[in-house]
Amino acid sequence: MDEILLKIEDLFIEYQTELETVRAVNGVSLEVKSGRTLGIVGETGAGKTTTCLSILRLLPDRTGRVTGGNICFRDKNIYSLSEEEMRTQICGEKISMIFQDPMTSLNPVMTVGSQIYEALKYHNHENKTREELERRVDEVLELVGIPAERKTEYPHQFSGGMKQRVVIAIALACEPELLIADEPTTALDVTVQAQVLAMMRDLQKKVGSAILLITHDLGVVAQMCDDALVMYAGEIVESGSIEDIFTPGSHHPYTMGLFGAIPDLDSAVDRLTPIEGLMPDPTKLPDGCYFADRCPYAEELCKQIHPTRTSLSGTHTILCHRFSEGLKEVSHE
Amino acid sequence: MDRTNEKRRGKLKEFWRRLRKNKSAIIGLILLCLIVFCALFAGVICNEDDAYRQDAHNRLQAPSSEHWFGTDMYGRDVFTRVMFGSRISLSIGISAALLSLLTGGTLGAVTAFYGGKVDDIIMRIMDMLMSIPATLMALCIVAALGGSAVNLFIAMSLSSLPEFCRLSRSAMLPIVGSDYVEAARAYGSRNGRIIFKEIMPNALGPIIVQTTQSVASKILTASSLSFLGMGVQAPQPEWGTMLSEARQYMRENPYLVLIPGLFIIITALSFNLFGDGLRDALDPKLKD
Amino acid sequence: MNEARILIEVKDLCKYFDVKGGRKLHAVDRVNLTIPAGKTLGVVGESGCGKSTLGRTMLRLLEPTSGQILFEGKDITKARKSEMRQLRSKMQIIFQDPYSSINPHMTVSDIIMQPMIVNRLFHSREEMVARVKKLMDTVGLADRLYNAYPHELDGGRRQRIGVARALALNPEFIVCDEPVSALDVSIQAQILNLLMDLQDQMGLAYMFITHDLSVVKHISDEIAVLYLGQCIERCGATELFRNPLHPYTKMLLAAIPVPNLSARTRELQVIHGEVTNPIDPPPGCRFAARCPYCRPECKEKDLPLREVNPGHFAACTLL
Repeated sequence: MDEILLKIEDLFIEYQTELETVRAVNGVSLEVKSGRTLGIVGETGAGKTTTCLSILRLLPDRTGRVTGGNICFRDKNIYSLSEEEMRTQICGEKISMIFQDPMTSLNPVMTVGSQIYEALKYHNHENKTREELERRVDEVLELVGIPAERKTEYPHQFSGGMKQRVVIAIALACEPELLIADEPTTALDVTVQAQVLAMMRDLQKKVGSAILLITHDLGVVAQMCDDALVMYAGEIVESGSIEDIFTPGSHHPYTMGLFGAIPDLDSAVDRLTPIEGLMPDPTKLPDGCYFADRCPYAEELCKQIHPTRTSLSGTHTILCHRFSEGLKEVSHE
Repeated sequence: MDRTNEKRRGKLKEFWRRLRKNKSAIIGLILLCLIVFCALFAGVICNEDDAYRQDAHNRLQAPSSEHWFGTDMYGRDVFTRVMFGSRISLSIGISAALLSLLTGGTLGAVTAFYGGKVDDIIMRIMDMLMSIPATLMALCIVAALGGSAVNLFIAMSLSSLPEFCRLSRSAMLPIVGSDYVEAARAYGSRNGRIIFKEIMPNALGPIIVQTTQSVASKILTASSLSFLGMGVQAPQPEWGTMLSEARQYMRENPYLVLIPGLFIIITALSFNLFGDGLRDALDPKLKD
Repeated sequence: MNEARILIEVKDLCKYFDVKGGRKLHAVDRVNLTIPAGKTLGVVGESGCGKSTLGRTMLRLLEPTSGQILFEGKDITKARKSEMRQLRSKMQIIFQDPYSSINPHMTVSDIIMQPMIVNRLFHSREEMVARVKKLMDTVGLADRLYNAYPHELDGGRRQRIGVARALALNPEFIVCDEPVSALDVSIQAQILNLLMDLQDQMGLAYMFITHDLSVVKHISDEIAVLYLGQCIERCGATELFRNPLHPYTKMLLAAIPVPNLSARTRELQVIHGEVTNPIDPPPGCRFAARCPYCRPECKEKDLPLREVNPGHFAACTLL
């Protein structure tokens, strides 16, 4: 079952402008297994969205550039495919993407039904008839919990949560093997978020797609994902199964910082412990650990030498000097 | 007080530094300076009498060392006429654009800021004005008032009033609703201060560009109206009038149309280039 | 325990907006609130529930349709323009979006100085500059940013400018309209700590508007839950999370994804049904259309907030 669907190895991405080079992604490696959900957590500018865009080769043409590494989907290197193969075989067919803002992802002058129909028609390899496709439109809408008779309505007639459902319906119309969801519920209210998340979870059971879920909300990760990774300044600082990340024990200082910065509903804390300082400027990343400036445990070593990835258990890896060879006995809490 | 001056000087320096980096704006500025120089010192460069003195013996002479741009069908020196023509073209263009900026811009600011009925009434009047083609309207006004430089100026300002009103309204509307305007209200700013301190600087970009482009189009309209005989009257030297007079001789003596035409184009172009640069230099977000 | 002085009291406040066809959108409908000096009232609700409108109406940035707003016992809904201008210095607002809430054409110092200039707080420029520097220090902005433009700064720093601007007039009451929603979690914690420190130092009263329930619990003394313009539940912050009474509050709390694996097996609570249209809404409970416990009488007449437990108010026929 746990077949590797998407494999990213040592990915580097730069944005080049006339004046500077932004190093957005710096050596990201990850695997998405079929039928599982991988969560990517991180703050603005961590490189989450850039990583995802590069999977579908959607980086801005003129500035964004993959400078190293491979992205393989089912052992096929995405960057060795032609534009045509990419469009007809991968995008929307095997891999679909949902963006953050449902308001801008839909065409305001097309009915939602015809937008789903378009997606189906474009990937209609079995030459299904119009009736068959229309039936599939109804099916997909019902699947995301929208009555099929609403397919003749326009996006503005739907509420925010319903629009996001339509977006998901379009993404799922061709039953993709991998669904990339970039902050799918950030623009939604909590109650609506709950609906959409519950629906995505149900759909995964029915369709069996793998999901790559990008979010800044640790709560969403805890509820939705099987595996998770934490990104900071274009790097994966910690990765592992959901248990690895969420159970107390050895963690990257940044992961601990993230948990400390969110108010806890169950216990009353007088003060939050924010992570002081700011993310390093991606145009001039330091030599040492990127987090060293903000890290409460940073030592001289951290500021000079970039840490290497250390495996703590079969699934759990950390990018931090404190857990490197020889220092392994250092632990906390 | 010293510090304020220092700061203001600092801002000016900063503005100049950024303008200087924009090559096309500098080209526009240099051309503009040249034309303004011509207009200002036309009297020094050449003799005003030459613009009117007819010389039947030297009709339709090609450009030479004596007559740099040649002579026209009455034997007048074209160079002198072009120099003096720049005075009229420029002053009509600039003053008409400024007048429509002032009236249209203020009306637009008022409609955007107060909204409601004020907005409705002013904008419907503007719609009515807009439904009449600008050139046609200018033509009608000039026809009613008689052709002269002043009437031309009034006609053209009025005809582009709705344009400016609409533009400044749409540039200001999003700012009127923005949080920082709300914040200014919350700390007790008066309306006038909000309009001039918070809204204006942020809406200025598109309006500046529109103004400079409008100068260019005003010069063109003035020329075309004069060409039609509705604006500046012969024998006053004006680029459009010159074009109009010379059109019969276009085949044999193309320089007669080419030279004033070229000046019209260069002036319009330099205003456009400079306007674009000005907008970019005034926007702190585009720094570097 | 001595009762804190009541700073602001809102009585039956309504704000209706005119929409096409002479109908009215009930953005805020008969809301009653009190905020003691030096305390924080959290206002939670989903988008479109009127929480921002409520905040703005309380500062009279929007004119209330009816009802009273008592600031230190004085009804400000009837205050004239000049009186209002003086009152404004005592009540300020911090906005959600750190990008659109500060004028991009002004430097940091200019922005913080504006309220002082407008209200002629100081006679000499030196005093004003000193005050700006002190404020920048208070909110944690480095001195070197004095002449910086906002676009050179990140969201957290910009939000600090917004806080400094609100503090410039020494207010007693600040409406915080989702001040941390647009910020990253690590920055969010910095701003929340700053706001709480300022409250301790200056005795500020906050009305903290947010949709984020964990944030509101952290910062508030009392919480009011808004649904479609009406306050449906109001009580102490810990009480609300321990013992929510209104069905909507219960569902809202259950819908929060918790960053904790123990909650993983729990089904996220899903509310079904369409939200009632706020334009000329039908009588009765606004939540009736989505409420699983809805009874016929819920749709018949409006139900005011009732004190169910001491200090715990809720509006529901079930209670």
